[in-house]
Amino acid sequence: MNAETIWPPIRLTLELAGVTTVFLLLLGTPIAWWLARTRFRFKEAVAALVALPLVLPPTVLGFYLLIALGPDGPGGFVARLFGERSLAFSFPGLVIGSILYSLPFTVQPIRGAFEAVGDRPLEAAATLRASPWDAFWTVAVPLARPGLIAGGVLGFAHTVGEFGVILMIGGNIPGATRVLSIAIYDHVELMEWGTAHLLSGSLLVFSFVVVAVTLSLQKKMGGRDR
Amino acid sequence: MTQRPGTPGSLPVGPSRPARAELRTAHGATPPILVALQSAILIVHLLAGMASAGTPSGGATVRVAVAANFTAAAREIAAAFEDATGDGALLSFGSTGQLYAQILQGAPFEVFLAADEMRPGLAEREGLAVPGSRRTYAVGRLVLFSAEAGRVTGPDALRDPGLRRIALANPALAPYGRAALEVARALGVEDILRDRQVIGQNVSQAHQFVRTGNAEVGFLALAQVVRSADGSRWLVPERLHGPIRQQAVLLEAGRQNPAAARFLDFLGSRAARKILRRHGYRAEPPAPHGPGGP
Repeated sequence: MNAETIWPPIRLTLELAGVTTVFLLLLGTPIAWWLARTRFRFKEAVAALVALPLVLPPTVLGFYLLIALGPDGPGGFVARLFGERSLAFSFPGLVIGSILYSLPFTVQPIRGAFEAVGDRPLEAAATLRASPWDAFWTVAVPLARPGLIAGGVLGFAHTVGEFGVILMIGGNIPGATRVLSIAIYDHVELMEWGTAHLLSGSLLVFSFVVVAVTLSLQKKMGGRDR
Repeated sequence: MTQRPGTPGSLPVGPSRPARAELRTAHGATPPILVALQSAILIVHLLAGMASAGTPSGGATVRVAVAANFTAAAREIAAAFEDATGDGALLSFGSTGQLYAQILQGAPFEVFLAADEMRPGLAEREGLAVPGSRRTYAVGRLVLFSAEAGRVTGPDALRDPGLRRIALANPALAPYGRAALEVARALGVEDILRDRQVIGQNVSQAHQFVRTGNAEVGFLALAQVVRSADGSRWLVPERLHGPIRQQAVLLEAGRQNPAAARFLDFLGSRAARKILRRHGYRAEPPAPHGPGGP
């Protein structure tokens, strides 16, 4: 057990989760807003599409990603612009996979929060001549803040806990794709159970804190509504 | 291998209206995360229950843990075993390290077909296996493979400056990965390998990386590509690496099961050796305790 094998996967995992969370909020918030407000007839089909990673095994997502990121897929096209062959086995590839995989965990709470805001505060803002853009930022976002925080926290935590997808597209490269969950898997396989215990225990505590925080946020959200 | 234990797989997907109202008021209703955790716990219990279920056939049944690289051959051998003896063989596949960890934790396997010599030896020393039951059932061959025709004609494929990714199994875990590292050392291309390697958890995953084109070449087991004529390959001479001896051992759980001993013996039979040769393995000369079987 030494610092050199323990810290790089932790640092990488936090980087991956951080970058992914930024993208999740940037992408997830407009999607959640649209799902909460639109009268589009097939909006639940779109919602189902976003939610698919909840029910799909990571192997399915990993398998499609392995092909999509590869030389014959769109990922390979992008990779060639940077003189690479494939987006698999790279940090950007993991970010793409993590965004897809964690999107429902971010969209769901934010959508719920936006729906809880309802029409009336926004109508009131409109009568005070706030533009929709103003109303979004000054009314909807502050009112939905617990949902936004919950979405960010859950997206972050779910990315930290990601395993199957990364196992399939990562290639276990130290510093680039060897994240915490993969490192734990390796330590278990190598019978290095001391390190495995340390990392797993830390992850357990971390996950507990995240779930507890999210639950209390949801409570707060409901409490204010009453 | 790619399960996600404990993942909240049942967070509300598209809550119905009343459910959404509950989410909003969070009053008296079970929070969705709790529901997710409860279902996760339920799933774990179900899985634990399933692990101890068996499928009876005519005679006795033997539970066999099989290293992933031997999957196809093991299926065929199990079928031949059932035909020859009337006993059934229940196969579970996984990486050798994973299976060993499960055996250590009391998994109900009776025979262990590992991809290496180390884990069966360890099982014997740790008192998990019946002493003296250990034998080499197959010797693996390493191959450098590419999905592209013409890319691999010999060891020089590794020195191609245009080469970006070389897939291999994790050398710390998998014998084919360790052998790949030894070959790179013998050829003096260790540095190239270190810069360009992508590591699969096992040789099956290295195969996926190569087949999808994400890695141009990979060190694979001959068994994985022996049945396909496409791509290009170089059969690595055995003198470039230590022998990839795959060993089998009778586990303590199988000591009282005569079908377990019969399965081990059947592995050395002429029929089984024919099957494994067809799958790209080499059979070692018969062990002193004799091949037995029909």
